[in-house]
Amino acid sequence: MTLTELANPTRFLSLATRILPWLAMATGILLAIGLYQSAMAPDDYQQGATVKIMFIHVPNAWLSMFVWGVMSVASLGTLVWRHPLADVAAKSAAPIGAAFTFLALVTGSLWGRPMWGTYWEWDARLTSVLILFLMYLGLIALWRAVEDPSRAARAAAVLTLVGAINIPIIKFSVDWWNTLHQPASVMKMGGSSLDKSFLIPLLVMAVAFSLLFITLHLAAMRNEILRRRLRALQMLQASKPVALP
Amino acid sequence: MALGPYASFIVTSYALVAAVVLILIVWIAIDHRRVRARLHELESSGVARRSGRGATDLT
Repeated sequence: MTLTELANPTRFLSLATRILPWLAMATGILLAIGLYQSAMAPDDYQQGATVKIMFIHVPNAWLSMFVWGVMSVASLGTLVWRHPLADVAAKSAAPIGAAFTFLALVTGSLWGRPMWGTYWEWDARLTSVLILFLMYLGLIALWRAVEDPSRAARAAAVLTLVGAINIPIIKFSVDWWNTLHQPASVMKMGGSSLDKSFLIPLLVMAVAFSLLFITLHLAAMRNEILRRRLRALQMLQASKPVALP
Repeated sequence: MALGPYASFIVTSYALVAAVVLILIVWIAIDHRRVRARLHELESSGVARRSGRGATDLT
C-alpha cells in the first residue's frame, strides 16, 4: 500500500482498525519481556540499582525527540504535499510526544537526585528538553485556539518545522557544552559503551516503547479522522434550513 | 530483587511511567467511544455524509 493510497481516510481507517489489535498485542508482549529483563539486570558497579531507571528514562527521552521528528515530516506533508492525513498525523502525535517528554524529564530528575545530588540543573541538555516539552504544549494550545482546522494546520506546521532546530541541539548539547548529563553511551561512534547486560534490556524497552507510540498514534489518528467527520456532519446539520411553524 | 537505598526513586519512576501510559490509553479509548457515539447520534437523526456512507464505515 502506497502513501498515496493511504491518503484516503477511509482506507486508512480500515487499515488502522485491522492492525491495531496486533500492534497492541506485540507492544504488550515486548513490554512484558523488557520489564522482566530490566528487573533481572544486574546492579551497576557505580550507580547500584538506580541504573534500572535508565530502562524507562532513555526510551522516553528518545521518543520525545523521535515524535517531534515524525511531526516535522508530517508538517512537510501539510505544507508541501498537502497530504490529507499529514495534519491529522501531526495533531494526534503532539499529546503523546508531550507525555513522553514529561516522563523523560521526571524520570531523569528522579534518577538525578541520587546520582547527582540534585533534581534539576539548568544545564544545556535538561533545559533544551524542557523547551521541547513547552513547545509540545504550545502546539497543542495552538491547535485548540484556532478554530479553522486548515489555518491551524498551516500555523502548527510552520511552528513544528521551526521547533525542529531544537532536536539536534538536544542531541549534541552534551558534546557542545559542559553538562551534568552524561554524553551519549548507546548511539555513538565506535559502538555502544554499555555492557550487554544493560544494552539488551534497554533496546528491548526502546522497541517496546516505539511500538507503544505507533499503537497510540494510530488510535489517536483514527479518533481525529472521526472527529473531523463529526465536525463536517455538525456543519451540514447547522446549514440545513429550519422549517418554520 | 533488592533495590537498595534508592528504592523509592526507582519505584516512583516506574509507577509514574505506568500511570501516564495508562492515562494515555484510557484517554484515547474514551475519546474513541465518545466520538463514535456522537456520530451515531447525528446519523440516526438523519444527517448523512454527502457520499451517503456511514461516518464509521470502513469500506
